[in-house]
Amino acid sequence: MASALINVPRKAKRGEIIEIKTLMSHIMETGYRHTSTGEVVPRDIITSFSCRYNGTEIFRADLFPAIAANPFITFFTVATESGKFDFEWIGDRGFTETASASITVE
Amino acid sequence: MMGVVPVVTLRPVEATPAMLAAAVRNVVGEAVVRTGKIKLDIPPLVENGNTVPMTVSVSSPMTPDDFVRSIHVFNEKNPQPNVGNYYLGPRAGRAQISTRIRLADSQKVVAIARLSDGSFWSATADVVVTLAACTDEVI
Amino acid sequence: MRPACTIVMAVLLIAASFARADEIPPGERRSGFTFMTPETQAMQDDDTANPGMLFVLDGETLWKNKAGAAGKACADCHDDARTSMKGVAARYPAFDKALGRPVDLEQRINLCRANHQQAAPLPYESPELLALTAFVARQSRNMPIITGADPQLAPFIARGRELFTQRQGQLNLGCANCHDDNWDKHLAGSAITQGHPTGYPLYRLEWQSLGSLQRRLRGCIAGIRAQPYDYGAPELVELELYLMSRARGMPIETPAVRP
Repeated sequence: MASALINVPRKAKRGEIIEIKTLMSHIMETGYRHTSTGEVVPRDIITSFSCRYNGTEIFRADLFPAIAANPFITFFTVATESGKFDFEWIGDRGFTETASASITVE
Repeated sequence: MMGVVPVVTLRPVEATPAMLAAAVRNVVGEAVVRTGKIKLDIPPLVENGNTVPMTVSVSSPMTPDDFVRSIHVFNEKNPQPNVGNYYLGPRAGRAQISTRIRLADSQKVVAIARLSDGSFWSATADVVVTLAACTDEVI
Repeated sequence: MRPACTIVMAVLLIAASFARADEIPPGERRSGFTFMTPETQAMQDDDTANPGMLFVLDGETLWKNKAGAAGKACADCHDDARTSMKGVAARYPAFDKALGRPVDLEQRINLCRANHQQAAPLPYESPELLALTAFVARQSRNMPIITGADPQLAPFIARGRELFTQRQGQLNLGCANCHDDNWDKHLAGSAITQGHPTGYPLYRLEWQSLGSLQRRLRGCIAGIRAQPYDYGAPELVELELYLMSRARGMPIETPAVRP
């Protein structure tokens, strides 16, 4: 049951620097743990996160097993125009999730 | 762009300072890395190595002529040395990211910023971890 | 657990055998929240940074999903949970007339599923049951706990207190030895809290997941080298009931974050 929590201000003034907070549910299995019988639990992590603002990529991140479960990422961007933020998470075993949020810029 | 850490047949429980140096070199090449401009905010003593809050910020005007291209975070003693890479640009407004990381032991965390003029700046933090992450057994 | 724990616990054992296990005076009661670092506290306080909220969101979806042979959703009977579930978690575990004994919130949800939705019970600690429980309990956030007021619960609360104070396991320790008598001290680098379950189900950094009070109790009991009760055992419900009534007046924090 993957779900994402996004925090984007609903409104901003043109030129204002806004903070975007994202939280995605994912186990981020490191690949370094073992079962009680000694088998390695295979790696299963989100490897990449990106954010597009009206189609243009404004932020991207590479994630590694050292990122805690349920990855929390916050970053900033300049509010330039009204429109949509599109978020994408990609990971092992074909994991892909998207989310979006709108903003009104006056 | 990020090189691949050398694969070893015997799985290392702990990364070595050499692995950390190699991972840094993959990013900066032969360039000089200076200290300054970048700040690494991480609690000096963490309650649980599984979830360590971290904020990295770089003082930069973030204009089209002078901005932070990317921030790279490394660790010293986890099974592998990379933590995360963050790609910014002049549209960011402020060069600051926050996230939560895992630390397998008390160790150094290193953050390196690459600026638009090609220069590299680094900051290091020493973190004490009382409950380890990463290599805990599954029950 | 780590070897350092065993040695420290043995020392506490000797010290504790001379201390009388009394309940913490109401004026001195503190939530586990107050023992945490400011960073972890901030994680709990920010709904967009609290990983427990991911489960609450899932629970909100499940609340509206039709389930079972009856094809009903929780919402079909209970409408908007913000109204109908307000205050519910603050008085659980509660007495169930049909069973003649207390049930906790997870059991209540499964009883509802069986009796009203004709749906199979959700397994303990399953993501679905955790999500639904967290969603229901979230509706009581900041409300004071009032569990245990029903006089029919009195014998079960007494049983819960017995379980809380009895010495057990290889280390011959009772919950009270740490959580009543030594909560202002540390055990192997971690603060010993008073053990108030104000924020369950909660996101535990050690689990990197949301988990129930029963999971925590089983972990604790295994930690003192005693045999943990099975999920759903009456002993666990009685312990939950006693712990919640012991925390009466403290606000619900679900979904809390704890190390």
